[in-house]
Amino acid sequence: MTFLSTIKAAALSAAMIVSVALPAAHADEQYFPLQSYRVGPYAAGGTGFFGGFIDYLNLINIRDGGVNGVKLTWDECETQYEVERGVECYERQKSRAGAAAWNPLSVGIAYAMIDRITVDKVPLITVNHGRTDSTDGRVFPYVFPLLLNPYSETSGIVNYIASKEGGIDKLKGKKIVVLYHGSPYGKETIPIYELLAQKYGFTVQQIEVPHPGNEQQSQWLTIRRAKPDFVVLRGWGVMNPVALKTAVKVGYPVDHIVGNVWSNSEEDVIPAGDAAKGYTAITTQASGNTYPVVQEIVKTVYGAGKGNLEDKARIGSVYHNLGIVNGILNVEAIRVAQEKFGHRTLTGDEVRWGFEHLKLDPAKVEALGAKDLFHSINVSWDNHEGEGYVTFQQWDGKKWNVVSDWIAPDWALLRPIIEKSAEAYAKEKGIKLRTAADADAVATN
Amino acid sequence: MAAIPAEFSSAPVLPKWVAPVLLLAFAYGVVPLVGSSYLFEAILLPFLALGLAGVGLNILTGYAGQVSLGSAAFMAAGAFAAYNFNLRIDGLPLIGSIVLAGLVAAAIGIVFGLPSLRLRGFYLAVSTLAAQFFVQWALTKFSWFSNNSASGVIDAPRLSIGGLALDGAVGRYLFALTIVAVLTFLAHRLVSSQTGRNFIAIRDNETAARIIGIPVLKTKLLAFAISSFIIGVAGVIWAFAYLRTVEPDGFDLDRSFQILFIIIIGGLASIRGAFFGAALIVVFPLALSRLGGFLLGDVFDSGVLDMSQRIVLGALIILFLILEPDGLVALWDRIRRRLLFAWQST
Repeated sequence: MTFLSTIKAAALSAAMIVSVALPAAHADEQYFPLQSYRVGPYAAGGTGFFGGFIDYLNLINIRDGGVNGVKLTWDECETQYEVERGVECYERQKSRAGAAAWNPLSVGIAYAMIDRITVDKVPLITVNHGRTDSTDGRVFPYVFPLLLNPYSETSGIVNYIASKEGGIDKLKGKKIVVLYHGSPYGKETIPIYELLAQKYGFTVQQIEVPHPGNEQQSQWLTIRRAKPDFVVLRGWGVMNPVALKTAVKVGYPVDHIVGNVWSNSEEDVIPAGDAAKGYTAITTQASGNTYPVVQEIVKTVYGAGKGNLEDKARIGSVYHNLGIVNGILNVEAIRVAQEKFGHRTLTGDEVRWGFEHLKLDPAKVEALGAKDLFHSINVSWDNHEGEGYVTFQQWDGKKWNVVSDWIAPDWALLRPIIEKSAEAYAKEKGIKLRTAADADAVATN
Repeated sequence: MAAIPAEFSSAPVLPKWVAPVLLLAFAYGVVPLVGSSYLFEAILLPFLALGLAGVGLNILTGYAGQVSLGSAAFMAAGAFAAYNFNLRIDGLPLIGSIVLAGLVAAAIGIVFGLPSLRLRGFYLAVSTLAAQFFVQWALTKFSWFSNNSASGVIDAPRLSIGGLALDGAVGRYLFALTIVAVLTFLAHRLVSSQTGRNFIAIRDNETAARIIGIPVLKTKLLAFAISSFIIGVAGVIWAFAYLRTVEPDGFDLDRSFQILFIIIIGGLASIRGAFFGAALIVVFPLALSRLGGFLLGDVFDSGVLDMSQRIVLGALIILFLILEPDGLVALWDRIRRRLLFAWQST
């Protein structure tokens, strides 16, 4: 054997090894680009949510070996909740193949991404928040405000107050004060409260707290003079504990304050100390770590030392559980799409089809180990919210306790408003309304 | 006249316009062909917008010597004004709304520039903070500005000039590049004109300027107006071409500081400096984050990485300002002189 042929043989065998090994290394993978935020003012929400999301993806990988053998992968890009960082992350992460869906958990970033993801045909998930009119799948094919949009949240809160008063007809003549954060987010529900007040005959007074809200004496004195039956706290960050403390100071009963979905976390009540005892807040996912899926995460993921939360006491907290629920919704959408398109890496548009057929009834939710963690979801091609139910939990000084049944927002009432807004958007942007047939046409590359 | 010995002759000096023209030819001719969407969307568009804002602020702070912390407010005014002109006046071409938006920003600049007639230095800087807070507050408070959009965040309109759609990454880049090139050229002409010299005279000694007959009041307000016009247009580029969305939160005090840092790091009283500074502010954090993610991404989570990048970035800026207080532009000139010298002596 000459020297040259030795090299040739070595090269050949090396090539063969590589060619055998390659398919294994390139097994089907589905990629989640995570535009997370672990620093900055929203870090408490970011670490909890993305921690829960990653924990669930890890659970699927460790326990099931992925979704039907397709391994889930992800990487994180820090946004600090800033729009331009989110855009940079989008451009950076989209170059990686096999992206399933985007989950920025930020309204601002989501807005900046709508045009981009629509061109790139990858779904954008804004669980529990986002642009209300993106519920209309005719106009926003790739945007999914899953479980709860701001209007449904408002309707859910009003329905809860009605149930406390003994029925929707008992709302007549009642008085509700909405204390809202002085930001676009805070102001978003003003017209819906006005509408519901008119419809059900209660009076509503909406009071603004300028950002950041660390001084609310005058607002609460106004509330004391108004003597409302309920106060809805539509707050964010430091505004929430300050509101609770000030309420105690002016003598307003805390158990008549109802928090919205961004005023419902442990981080909102613990700083208020005893003042928060008895405070109730809306949620789409109950907190606590007793649910089977959370238990499995503790056992399988944290047991293997792969848990994402540094502080294990936060397992089962509101944001962590929201991340887990978001993980369930994303993974199940992939599963739905895989049943139609095959057990392989899916394109973004195929995952979009999966989300549009994501139907988890209470029995299915129980099979996933999430009974009582969240109720159900029923997404369709034109309803991208999916009729999420809400529940209410009360803070007892140590933990949240669920104090209501699952409550349905009044979707039928809200739908025409949403459609009107979405149609106006479509007209402004020159978008043609999608039909059911359009939704079934799926791009496979 | 005796021939000058070779070692003393200056380098074959090209006319001053050659370098910018070559740069523009490269930016128009080569970059669109080879650039990736990441390059346009994440690097060049923010670079152009912030660079132009830096040019605007440099006219006010670098040349006319009036410190301002309200730049982001003027950007916001420009962005929201362009959005509203575009929305509410049918048939107004895009360029028309941009020019009108610049004028609105200029008008607001004049109003908030009035205190400069009585206040100087830090006191003026603090009074321009009023612009920062007032504009942001007004845009959030009155939903008319965002066309009563429920969330207060609005979508940028489609970009097209004379029927030519510019919605793609390259189109938006060319759109931004053209506006930035034109305004930068005008700014360059301005600072070497009589008005520009008046600015410098006021900066260097206001009393002396008054004595030699420069109308101080008028000149200061003119500086505020021109600067705000340019910053307002930069705001339009930021919102329409770069982010494609307009929200008041994006124009907060941090952005004002960012623009101030751009001109300090790039070099005060220098048009080029604004672009050097913007390049550093835009590219450097990205490079650091890429490097950090590449080297340590598996060890630490993204939060820890981001925190350490901030520390590194801050330390480097301090170090840089100590070693080169005149900014990147001075550093660049020195390097160029050295290179020319080395080239000559061979």
